[in-house]
Amino acid sequence: MSEPVLSVRDLVVEIPTRTGVLKPVDRVSYDITEGEILGVVGESGAGKSMTGNAVIGLLDRPARISGGEILLKGRRIDNLNRDQMRRIRGKEIGMVFQDPLTSLNPLLRIGDQLTETMLAHLDISADEARDRSIAALDEVGIPAAASRIDSYPHEFSGGMRQRVVIALALCAEPALVIADEPTTALDVSVQAQIIALLKRLCRDRGTAVMLVTHDMGVIAEAADRVAVMYAGRLAELGAVREVVQRPRHPYTEGLMGSTPLASRGQRRLRQIPGSMPRLGKLPAGCAFHPRCPKAQEACRVDPGPDLSADQGRAACWFPVEQVEVAE
Amino acid sequence: MSDMDVIEAAKAAEKGRIARFRESDFFWKFRASPVAMVSFAVTVILVLSAVFAPLIAPYNPFDPASLNLMNGFSAPGVPNAFTGETFFLGTDDQGRDVFSTILYGMRISLFVGFAAVSFALVLGVTLGLIAGYVGGWTETIIMRIADVQLTFPSILVALLIFGVAKGFTPVEYRDQMAIWVLIIAIGLSDWVQFARVVRGATLVERNKEYVQAARLIGRTSPAIMLRHILPNVLSPVLVIATISLALAIIAEATLSFLGVGAPPTQPSLGTLIRIGQGFLFSGEWWILLYPAATLLTLALAVNLLGDWLRDALNPRLK
Amino acid sequence: MLAYIIRRVAQSILVLLVVGLVAFSMFRFVGDPIDNMLGQERTQADIDRLRIELGLDQPFVVQYYKFLSTAVQGNFGVSYRQGRPVSTIIAERAPATLELAAVSGILALTIGIGLGVFTAIRRDGWASNIIMSVSLIGVSLPTFLIGILLIYLFSVELDMLPSFGRGEVVDLGWWTTGFLTESGLKALILPSITLGLYQMTLIMRLVRSEMLEVLRQDYIRFARARGLKERAVNFRHALKNTMVPVITVTGLQLGAIIAFAIITETVFQWPGVGLLFINAIQFVDIPVMAAYLMLISVMFVGINLIVDLLYFWVDPRLRADRAGGH
Repeated sequence: MSEPVLSVRDLVVEIPTRTGVLKPVDRVSYDITEGEILGVVGESGAGKSMTGNAVIGLLDRPARISGGEILLKGRRIDNLNRDQMRRIRGKEIGMVFQDPLTSLNPLLRIGDQLTETMLAHLDISADEARDRSIAALDEVGIPAAASRIDSYPHEFSGGMRQRVVIALALCAEPALVIADEPTTALDVSVQAQIIALLKRLCRDRGTAVMLVTHDMGVIAEAADRVAVMYAGRLAELGAVREVVQRPRHPYTEGLMGSTPLASRGQRRLRQIPGSMPRLGKLPAGCAFHPRCPKAQEACRVDPGPDLSADQGRAACWFPVEQVEVAE
Repeated sequence: MSDMDVIEAAKAAEKGRIARFRESDFFWKFRASPVAMVSFAVTVILVLSAVFAPLIAPYNPFDPASLNLMNGFSAPGVPNAFTGETFFLGTDDQGRDVFSTILYGMRISLFVGFAAVSFALVLGVTLGLIAGYVGGWTETIIMRIADVQLTFPSILVALLIFGVAKGFTPVEYRDQMAIWVLIIAIGLSDWVQFARVVRGATLVERNKEYVQAARLIGRTSPAIMLRHILPNVLSPVLVIATISLALAIIAEATLSFLGVGAPPTQPSLGTLIRIGQGFLFSGEWWILLYPAATLLTLALAVNLLGDWLRDALNPRLK
Repeated sequence: MLAYIIRRVAQSILVLLVVGLVAFSMFRFVGDPIDNMLGQERTQADIDRLRIELGLDQPFVVQYYKFLSTAVQGNFGVSYRQGRPVSTIIAERAPATLELAAVSGILALTIGIGLGVFTAIRRDGWASNIIMSVSLIGVSLPTFLIGILLIYLFSVELDMLPSFGRGEVVDLGWWTTGFLTESGLKALILPSITLGLYQMTLIMRLVRSEMLEVLRQDYIRFARARGLKERAVNFRHALKNTMVPVITVTGLQLGAIIAFAIITETVFQWPGVGLLFINAIQFVDIPVMAAYLMLISVMFVGINLIVDLLYFWVDPRLRADRAGGH
């Protein structure tokens, strides 16, 4: 097996506050290989976006990486200085944000935003950058790209703008793309198109994708593997099919039970009692235990076994034993 | 832009109510801010010494009988060469005690400041309430005037009003009326801020259920405005009033310095500075610098207090 | 867009008409114009003749119209105090004020925007904190005190710079300039700092707060995520987006500089239009006051109009909205 494009090892992100240190990301480990789409799923506040921001080096102060390593194609990138990290952003790691309406600069033509990104990373002339920009717009499905390159963002619809954002994220051919809720702000009718586009482009180029979302439907649609996060920790990690059909962590099971998925063929939706605790108020032991139907004494004391990239699927003392259902 | 102001003001009104519930919180914030406490203390001390100037001041600078021209140009703390009298902050060319003239001057400065702000407040709040509550043409006219006036710097507006008013005042009354003309000029140049905030808040409150209810049970419009809407806009009005006070004191000093404000017979701090500037080159620096330092302290203290008040009552009110 | 411009121009003209009415009322009702123009020795015939000559026997509206039409031609009558045409006096004085205002404006704009950007980017740096604290004191300081303190320091104590006047000026026939002589340039230093300082702090604080707001926006994060250089992010992306509100306030502030020149000119005895106006108020020289009032109104209304039009130039969204007519 080839070396993973991205390898996150025991990543810890801390936010020092007056009342104590919060850990929005706590000992998270996973790999993404070439051409693979890893879905990162969880409720808001579970630490999934924070993980993405840590990887691309865009944590907002005072949040900072306080432990673990991030390796990009085998090279450590979490300890790089600002300028070195800047060279990696856009060039090696692209990022797609949630809201296409706000992620494009309203005062700059989209062509200018594309060419400036290319010129920042590639050794090409301005004319060449413009030609490539038209090609990039064409590739993401902007009709009449050559004439629309000089348009301003407000002249595009939301879905079209997200296509432009994807073109921007991919224009310097990065090895990894972090897509942070890329479809959440879009109309339902457009969501599937954008996911399909992202999937196709990354497959074609062999780009690894970290797809951050709270939407299990999107994960099931697009991802190869899925990482489930809860209160800053990785709860479960595995192939999408496995996790969806045979969840092992009680939280994942609850999550699946509350999501309508055609592939599961379930009849009723259930909901997990309670809500995710706030970061400052995490219970001792496993953060999920107050809501967990199977919690026992051990869960109140010990946070559960660590998930490392290659062993174990669920960070749980008492994983759900799936009874093989006759299909 | 005015829409933004409306929203801001609306938020201000919302928060105004909460702020009142948090009396103790407000007090706690005050205790936690050294800047607020110091500027409040300085303001209170200065205001009190202005109010009780006749009791504190060692001399009455406006009583010709107590003046001795021989005492002129006494340096601070140095016995006068002719009379042997010592003046703590020195004397001016006419032998007036600088400390006393500052106390009396501050009295005039503060009087004009408070009076002008009160005038602006009453005018602005009234027009703002009417504009917001009545709407229609009345509102359009009031707010148009406000917009036009806002495009001119208020000191210029005050100057122009002062100039026009002076022109209309018969010559023999000009000095006598100067202070009142000054108050009206500064007040008229400053009502817009009040009116805009109050109108914005009124627009929001007008459609609230309790106002509708008050209307249903037959309350008259003025009663609704005064009893129901007004209390909700008090905290932003208080903030604007404090900041306006600092501005009014500076405006008064500026006009008087320009020679178009308080007359030399009733000198304010600005007039004193104007007089003192004449002695800057001849070495009698105290005639200028002590009134200047007093004005600076007063303006800075009130300004900082207003700034703090704005943050404490409503961080979003700008 | 055209409809919008027409509406704005119409509003501006309305404002000017009202200002003109105020100016005219001053002429008409402050004191007696005939008293002002004729000496003690006059006959009833003189008075009647002058009444008809001045058109004072005609209806108010006609008089107002005549007043406006002569004012538009630049004729504001004769100064009561100097006995010379007001337009001539103002033309003599204008270069002094305009040169002072231009230097102050450039000073306020460049340093204000520069420091604003700096304090926004280095938000928590010690230099930013010092600049911000000093600027708060700067806002509380009345302009005339700044001027006096500067005179005290640089003219009285250090004896480096002149404390009053324009220094030596070169007469170009239609314009007098202080830019061409050493004493003229030296004389400009203190007044232009005094005049520009307040506007500078204002612009700085505004640029800073707008910039901080913009730096929080998604498109700035996205620009960073695309690996653009810090300089490109701050200046190409962030600064340009702060320009819309900054242009409004800056435009008005630059206009305000001419108005505030009144104070600076008085402190430094600068022979400009502002000083002329202050003297006019002291002596109730109505024609000069009215002329100044109208000139400054035209200027302010003009600046307002230009500021509005600048929006379209900076913000493509507005251009589209207006052009498309919604």
